[in-house]
Amino acid sequence: MNWWSSPASDTQVTHGDRFWLYVVASIIMLLLVLPTFIVIPMSFSDSQYLEFPPSNWSARWYEVYLGSTKWMRATATSVQVGIITMLVATPLGTMAAYALFVSGHRATRALFLFLITPMIVPVILIAIGVFYAYGRAGLNNTITGLVLAHTAMAIPLVMIVITAALRSYDLNQERVARSLGATRVKAFFLITLPQIRFSVVTAALLSFLTSFDEVIIAIFVSGGVNATLTKHMFSALRDFIDPTIAAISTIMVLVSTVLLLLTQFIGAREK
Amino acid sequence: MTVIDMEKTAQPEQALHAGELQRQQSREQWSLLSLVVPALIVVVLIILIPVGWLFYLSFVGKDGGLSMEHYLKMVQYKSYARTFVTTFQVSVLTTLICILIGYPLSYFLALLPPRWVGIFMLAVLLPFWTSLLVRTYAWLVLLQKNGLLNDFAMQIGLWDSPVKLVHNMTGTLIGMAHIMLPFLVLPLYNAMKKIDRDLMFAAANLGASPVSAFWKVYFPLSLPGMVAGSLIVFVLCLGFYVTPAVLGGGRVIMVATQITAILENQFDWGAASALGVVLLIATLLFLYIAGRLFKFDAALFGKN
Amino acid sequence: MASNNNSGSGHDATALPIHISSLTKKYGDLYALDSVDLEIRSGEFLTLLGPSGSGKTTLLMAIAGFNRPDSGSIRFGEQEVILTPPHQRNVGMVFQSYALFPHMSVAGNIAFPLKLRGVSAGEIEERVTEALETVQLSGLGERGIDQLSGGQRQRVALARAFVFGPRILLMDEPLSALDKKLRERMQIELKILHRKLGVTTVYVTHDQREALTMSDRIAVINHGRLAQVDTPEVIYNHPANAFVADFIGESTMLDLDQDKAGNLTYKGSKISKPPSGGNADGWSLVVRPEHLSIMANGKASTDRTIVFKGTVTETVFQGETAFSIVAIDDDTELLVRFGTGSKAKSTYPQSGEQVSVGLGRDDAILIPREDQP
Repeated sequence: MNWWSSPASDTQVTHGDRFWLYVVASIIMLLLVLPTFIVIPMSFSDSQYLEFPPSNWSARWYEVYLGSTKWMRATATSVQVGIITMLVATPLGTMAAYALFVSGHRATRALFLFLITPMIVPVILIAIGVFYAYGRAGLNNTITGLVLAHTAMAIPLVMIVITAALRSYDLNQERVARSLGATRVKAFFLITLPQIRFSVVTAALLSFLTSFDEVIIAIFVSGGVNATLTKHMFSALRDFIDPTIAAISTIMVLVSTVLLLLTQFIGAREK
Repeated sequence: MTVIDMEKTAQPEQALHAGELQRQQSREQWSLLSLVVPALIVVVLIILIPVGWLFYLSFVGKDGGLSMEHYLKMVQYKSYARTFVTTFQVSVLTTLICILIGYPLSYFLALLPPRWVGIFMLAVLLPFWTSLLVRTYAWLVLLQKNGLLNDFAMQIGLWDSPVKLVHNMTGTLIGMAHIMLPFLVLPLYNAMKKIDRDLMFAAANLGASPVSAFWKVYFPLSLPGMVAGSLIVFVLCLGFYVTPAVLGGGRVIMVATQITAILENQFDWGAASALGVVLLIATLLFLYIAGRLFKFDAALFGKN
Repeated sequence: MASNNNSGSGHDATALPIHISSLTKKYGDLYALDSVDLEIRSGEFLTLLGPSGSGKTTLLMAIAGFNRPDSGSIRFGEQEVILTPPHQRNVGMVFQSYALFPHMSVAGNIAFPLKLRGVSAGEIEERVTEALETVQLSGLGERGIDQLSGGQRQRVALARAFVFGPRILLMDEPLSALDKKLRERMQIELKILHRKLGVTTVYVTHDQREALTMSDRIAVINHGRLAQVDTPEVIYNHPANAFVADFIGESTMLDLDQDKAGNLTYKGSKISKPPSGGNADGWSLVVRPEHLSIMANGKASTDRTIVFKGTVTETVFQGETAFSIVAIDDDTELLVRFGTGSKAKSTYPQSGEQVSVGLGRDDAILIPREDQP
């Protein structure tokens, strides 16, 4: 019996019966992944224009990117804001998720829903609202303002990741630790945290990416010397197709891919 | 022998240690709550206050007094109506495309043996983790007049001269569908994974062919996941900004695009806020209806 | 009976009595614990037995400090602990899920309470070794938790709970995750361990056989109230009420009438005099299947035996025992259990056979009648 006629399910459906499903799914997966990677060869083109495949290869657009003060400043800002956001949002979201998970109080659900509103409210509304409020508070074009807004955007993601981790964790372990003489705080740090650590790392990476990739709020509230990478990229995209963007995009794709593979690897370790 | 007297019930007021226990309980609740406070402050500062402020601004007229003029304008001016129609159209079409593409993909993933899922799942997760600006850019490159797709189509003879694929509705829909697909696939995949395999065995045992077992048993059971995913996609589309702005090339004006246009061109905070408020209310309304109809927070939060 | 001879003074270095009085916990309008009074003696093995939702786990968690009651008092020896946080109560605890820390080795798990108490490294090693020996896991200290079998995990959880010398040990259905054979072996082992440690042990289970096997005393709990607290023998042979009679062991309950002379009767035939000192509105007779025997048809009641007449509906062979269902009237069936021994199957009562069923008068259990089961 070859693969084609071998059963694919326990109800005697063969792989042959599912052939078209496999074909369709493969095409869809290629369509999902390929466009993202198309930027890599484009970024090594010698041409002003975007041609594929490039007739001449060169690294000139990377030179342009690395040699430009504007792009370098923006990159520094994005990385800086991303890291601070990660460092703020991860503990804040974890604390909130833990407390809401453990308390069992009637208000828990309402609080949880309120804390994930940054995911529900249309970002454009948050962006102009924050822009207006920052105008009054003098926070526009500041790192602080950007970090604060990005932290709000990252908190729901951290909470969802941590809550999911706590759901598959046996809270009795914390109870046992307390019965054995640990205070609640000690029980959390000695027993619970080490076991959800991979989820905490995933949450942290997600927070960084949320901030690093965020466009709309950055367009409104970042500017001047503190403009982010995404803000500059967006204006470049709207005006003309600058091949430098391909170089920057390649770098961003690589960063995302590495971070994603890291979380997958961590996730496998956790099991 | 200890048998409790049926008539004896404790009087809470004078009961032993009742006061102290009550105080201890509320102290514990408050100390737990204090862990939520920092996150709460951030969300209040960034969401509640600014959005509340915009809500107020949307009711402030040109003369500085309270008025409904911004909302009335939406009813009166044709341009607003066109924006709403476009937004709705793009959102519905994107959602439909996502369902059409996402369902077979989710089904394929749900059928995979566990050890393969991780690898194939990367196809969904990778775009999910990649900057949406980068993905939008990639489509811009692919779809342009002398882009890869036109070249390819002309080479295999699908069409003779370059077709306009970008800076219009087509480009917007392609880009949006690509960006939204993971939001549909993840909840749908989770719902499919939860379908008890024994049900398929039972169906087969009762005489259903694989095809009718799929349509009569599997498909209805996967519907809640599909609806949850579709709603997330739909709601996210309603407020989408970046992709229509770039791939629509000024021809696809959605609510978010118009809000920025109003701010950039007229600096009219009242009008922009009113439009934002309508967007928010529409979003909440859809989510509320969905929440009534389906228990979809499970699908939403069972993500990892 | 039992709670009268309270041995509160008998606590020593290894064990403490637990005094619980008017402990109340409400969830909304529902009483999880309804003014519970319970004296747990120093060093005894007491089982909290009840159906799910009866409040037995709530009570255990209240003793451990994980469930804050609304009011009442819990004293360990002379010390009031109801306001004491769990980490200062010094009680060992074993959970149903074992709750072993997967990121620590076996030895790491057992050393955990000792480290928290600032015991020196040398002594920790000594005591961990000793504890491992006690639970027959010598040499497995360096193993990871995921390398252990279910029974071994159970033992590690136990060792961790007693290694720091608590004078009270609490267990929440610790054996329910094990298969039947292993569970029965662990029951005996736990009993031996309890005798060795001498520590006051409160054990929660919904399995009546487990409770009967292991306990010095059983507290039967239902709807947040104690239905009966006594030794396994008394609980089984002299249930105080219909709930206990029904929950523990198999039984059939027959509602009795009272004739003019004051005798209790069933369908006209005299059963016994009402119990002295009892003043209930009516009485029921609890009949245990193993107290009944099938006799040749036509026997009549005697001074020593009450006889019911009936027809065999079905006979079922179950290995070491078998039982017959005998219909004694239109809506009442008695279960009669008998040993199989070397009896040939052909000698079992056959369906449709007319038989007499005898019950020794000493085995007749009378309880106050209740309208609800």
